[in-house]
Amino acid sequence: MPGKIKHTGKDLAFDIINNIFLFFCLVVIALPLLNVVSQSISNPLSVLNGKVFLLPVKPTLRAYEHIIRNSSLISSFLNSVFYAVFGTVISVSLTIMAAYPLSRKSLAGRGIIQFIFVFTMLFSGGMIPTYLIVQGLGLIDTRWALLLPNAVGVWFVIVARTFFQSTVPVELYDSAEIDGAGDLRTFFKIVLPLSIPIVAVLVLFYAVEIWNRYFEALIYLNSGDKYPLQLVLRNILKSSEMQSALIQASGKVPDEERMALTEVLKYAVIVFASIPVMVLYPFIQRHFTKGLLIGTLKG
Amino acid sequence: MGITRAGYNSAASYKASKIRGNLAKRIKKHWMLYVFLFLPFVYIVVFKYIPMYGVQIAFRDFNPARGFMASPWIGLKHFENFFNSYQFGRLLKNTIGISIYSIGASFPLPIILAVALNEARSRIYSKAVQMLTYAPYFISTVILCSIVTLFFSTRTGFINNVIAAMGMEEINFLGEARFFKSIFVWSGIWRTTGYSAVIYIAALSGVNQNLYEASKIDGATTFQKVIHIDLPSIMPTAMIILILSCAGILNVGHEKVLLLQNPLNMEASDVISTYVYRMGIKSAQYSYSSAIGLFNSVVSFALLIIVNKIAKRATDVGLW
Repeated sequence: MPGKIKHTGKDLAFDIINNIFLFFCLVVIALPLLNVVSQSISNPLSVLNGKVFLLPVKPTLRAYEHIIRNSSLISSFLNSVFYAVFGTVISVSLTIMAAYPLSRKSLAGRGIIQFIFVFTMLFSGGMIPTYLIVQGLGLIDTRWALLLPNAVGVWFVIVARTFFQSTVPVELYDSAEIDGAGDLRTFFKIVLPLSIPIVAVLVLFYAVEIWNRYFEALIYLNSGDKYPLQLVLRNILKSSEMQSALIQASGKVPDEERMALTEVLKYAVIVFASIPVMVLYPFIQRHFTKGLLIGTLKG
Repeated sequence: MGITRAGYNSAASYKASKIRGNLAKRIKKHWMLYVFLFLPFVYIVVFKYIPMYGVQIAFRDFNPARGFMASPWIGLKHFENFFNSYQFGRLLKNTIGISIYSIGASFPLPIILAVALNEARSRIYSKAVQMLTYAPYFISTVILCSIVTLFFSTRTGFINNVIAAMGMEEINFLGEARFFKSIFVWSGIWRTTGYSAVIYIAALSGVNQNLYEASKIDGATTFQKVIHIDLPSIMPTAMIILILSCAGILNVGHEKVLLLQNPLNMEASDVISTYVYRMGIKSAQYSYSSAIGLFNSVVSFALLIIVNKIAKRATDVGLW
């Protein structure tokens, strides 16, 4: 950082404008988030009448009570946890299994194999042929359809490969070889223990990505009991039937109030679905930055 | 001559066999690495390369009962149908329009934010702003679009609440085609600016401190420092990001558009990828929609190569 610099008039003007700009960014980002949270805990009738701006009006947790009692929301939440956990295990394993050999100079055909992976980032068969393959494999309406078709992000393979290359020096492999350790042993005894940071990065990258997916579920799944949370949210957003179903499930409510409650629920569901990612955020933020920086190093 | 030639040949073949021998030896010695690669390789073949192979249904009249290979060839008919359809012009206009708007608006902002964060005098303030602006990136597409829909909705949405409080007529923002592009692009900017800035912040932190020292001695103002040191040092990174976004001009993702799309804004929101989804998945016109998808992939691929070449010639920065 530039150390203490004597303030000139121009620098002062720059500082003031700079700080105003940053404050503006802060407000623009925070305002919608604040509004959503406030709407979700406000009195339903105030929400319906458009009286909620930045702060909650007559706070109540009624909407959240409805969410907790709604079985389809809870079960889709659990489905999402399932997909995130198993999907992350599959994705991280496959990514490392590809990245480790590609990081080794002793791999014959390394250039070609790497090209085969990277080429898929530049060109793809497209949505429909991929859909037909998934269908042909009999994966439609199975949980595998959400775990397998997008399991490996080639970009992450490159990131992990770069990490291995820059963390494990070639000499280490050479001495392991002299000591008679095979590639498998070398991987588990030397490479993996040095790679905890990249594994953490990959776990977070994939977990967030899988948690946030909805499109695969939309095209590959038919039965509601397998839906992830994001798809249920999308259906709530898109159809008013889904919205009223949210409340019907939980007993009799008068008409006007029902309409009001539906509105508040839309906000509350957003907060509900964001909780896991937001709880992890400080942790994620640190590791994502790290991952991003490894990724931008040219390898 | 015969002899030398034979000698040369045998020497060459000796060398070749030695290389081959080395190769075989290397593969044999490191066979475990191929075991590692096996599953990822199966994955990439099954879910990436077989669909590329299957894209030939774009040139066939695909019949699910007959499968990829047995459906009859019909040449470029699906492409012709697409180019001649009345949607073609609209799709292309919307797709390219959204892309250019998005590149124009979202390219400079992360750079400005990164420089502003870098030059902020208070570290704590800078960190706090960075942390908050970075957060929306982790919000899912569904939640982002829910927030957008609600924020702009009539009756309960924040914007219309403000409009109503000022005594003006409420506007159904998502129900009017003319607002769609702006809502789409600026919600994207809201989500990704903080994230994109991180890359530039990293580039800025790598700037040689001597440059700042020298500029201080020369009496440069902060603004001059930004123009002459900060911006040039993040140029290469910025170029790569610009190349990638120019090459992706036809790739307006369907995931987000589909969530914000409704019959009222269709005129502005229908893009190539959502059309592929509608024709392919919803109407099961597999061949026709594959043809459109293929058109999209080929143009994007060509664009990437062309843009990269131009960038390399002009600025010496390129992807490869």
